[in-house]
Amino acid sequence: MSVYVHRRTHSPQQAARWSPRRVLTTNLRSIYGRAYPRMIGARREPSWVFFEIALPFLTTSAFVFVYRALQAPPEYVGFVVLGGAMTAFWLNILWMMAAQLYWERDQGNLELYFSAPISMMSILFGMALGGLFMSSTRAAVVLLVGALIYNVVFTVDQWLLLLLVFFLTMGALYGLGMVLASFFLLWGREAWHLSQGLQEPVYFVSGLNFPVARLGFLGVLAVSTIPLAVGLDAMRQLVFAGSEHVAPLLPAWAEAGILLIMAALFIGLARWMLRVIERLARVEGKLTMKGT
Amino acid sequence: MLSPTDRAPLAIDARGVRRVYKAKPKPVVALDGVDLQVEPGELFGLLGPNGAGKTTLIKILTTLLLPTEGSASVYGFDVARDTRQLRRIMNIVSGGEQSGYGLLFVREQLWMFSQFYGLGRSEGWTRVDELIEAVGLTEQATQKVSSLSTGQRQKLNLARGLLNDPWILFLDEPTLGLDVSAARGVRELVEGWQRAVPGRTILLTSHYMAEVDQLCDRLAIVDHGRILAIGTPDELKKRVQSESIFRLEIDRLDGELSAIGRLPGVLSAVTPAASDLDHDADRQTVVLKLTLEHDAALGGVVAELGRRGSSIVALQKSEPTLEDVFVELVGRGFAESERNGDERPAEPDQVEDDALVERR
Repeated sequence: MSVYVHRRTHSPQQAARWSPRRVLTTNLRSIYGRAYPRMIGARREPSWVFFEIALPFLTTSAFVFVYRALQAPPEYVGFVVLGGAMTAFWLNILWMMAAQLYWERDQGNLELYFSAPISMMSILFGMALGGLFMSSTRAAVVLLVGALIYNVVFTVDQWLLLLLVFFLTMGALYGLGMVLASFFLLWGREAWHLSQGLQEPVYFVSGLNFPVARLGFLGVLAVSTIPLAVGLDAMRQLVFAGSEHVAPLLPAWAEAGILLIMAALFIGLARWMLRVIERLARVEGKLTMKGT
Repeated sequence: MLSPTDRAPLAIDARGVRRVYKAKPKPVVALDGVDLQVEPGELFGLLGPNGAGKTTLIKILTTLLLPTEGSASVYGFDVARDTRQLRRIMNIVSGGEQSGYGLLFVREQLWMFSQFYGLGRSEGWTRVDELIEAVGLTEQATQKVSSLSTGQRQKLNLARGLLNDPWILFLDEPTLGLDVSAARGVRELVEGWQRAVPGRTILLTSHYMAEVDQLCDRLAIVDHGRILAIGTPDELKKRVQSESIFRLEIDRLDGELSAIGRLPGVLSAVTPAASDLDHDADRQTVVLKLTLEHDAALGGVVAELGRRGSSIVALQKSEPTLEDVFVELVGRGFAESERNGDERPAEPDQVEDDALVERR
């Protein structure tokens, strides 16, 4: 073996014949490979501490001061800190999942992903895994610092359910991100506007800073369609167990069920859309950048 | 090269490939009925100006684009249907490619791509280090990709293209923007890689005629989506110049020049006007431009000059270049075609995308 010959195969036909095990391991490695830049990026570009923790924390603080000025129950400060932590995930979904494939195309990465012997779902899973790692770090810092500065007391009596709800929320959120990523491939600039248009309204209807039940029918609608809304509603119940101010729309276990359905639905939809859109993009020439 | 008796599928087999892009005010025909057969083991070149359709053909062959009409296969795998198999045996490297992530180190970037081809964790690192050394990026191995020069970047791209031991490598302007030394390094690596295993194929597009001439076993000249000619560089050159032309510099010429012109196999013998000569005017020599039916006729001329007591100071055979071939086939020079080719409309979506990139 040399630099010119790494894995010797006798013919292209032999080289193209992969066992199911090799297909699986290649896709698993691709997930980790694509997650790698995001994990490294969190360490290599420390500017995120300012832009993604310090600045959003100011918004969180503003809500805290308003609630305190209004002499709202102390749980409301906890709601705001929890919501502030979850903001990191929603921003990550919008700008580093949904919009990512569009940027990847500009950089020329998309054509390399599509021309590699892997499923694009592996790339999306890798992006999601890396994004989850990045955002979890940020969310944890906001949660910790917020809880310390504003004396938030969390009361958790169902740790396992809380963890389950958190991971199901992530599954559903990143599944939604994958669906949006597919839209970006298809729509380009219009999808960019979609992301911009989704950012603030989703903050609002998800009840990042207050119990979503206060929104009445809109809250019910949000819980049935937006993973962040249902995830937050369930997590509020679980981290402020027994509080009369949580006002949940549904029991946490029921919301976990909704999240499970959402995660399966969004991931399945993303898989189907990627297939359709890859076909369409190959017809219309949207996988690549320039040149005739 | 594999012999035809091996009955191996063609490395590339394109039949009637046509590709039309939707655009306003009218659709753009990027490829217009391309037929191309490349044998396994060939280093095949596509030569043509911007907008000729070279990159579109590569995109079709690498499964990134579907032909509007016609069919194409690579090593027997249909580019439209057998994408999974085909993607396992190919790779693509484009000139000026900015792929990957600038914050990663060179080693990390290559390792990331190695994972997309299923190399094991430690196997990936070993392979990456081998390739980094082979392309001469050892000193940059732990530098951020964003800090690389154009030449280093292109070496990195080439290393990426070799990660998976492809059976076919598509090189789209691989030496674009590289200095002479870097371009030579890329060419040597590519040639070495191809020679290492019989049956490996390269499809190369290039603006650089000399590069195509030097590297390619065969080439196709492409313009406006059509293949105008296919052959070895020598075959194509013979299309524009069937006779042999020699330039002789001799110390003196006694007797009549016309007698040389009457020798067997000599079509003409002239002394070019002084303004056509590029040598030092102070030199006391005579230049003869000979047009012969074939190279063998030169022997008679040399003998005749010797009989007359003339000594040959210099002898040079005038070869047509691929540029001459291009002019003959297209009716205009390559540089002129480049300018005209650039005026072809961009793909509709690209127009929007470019605007967006600027906004960002």
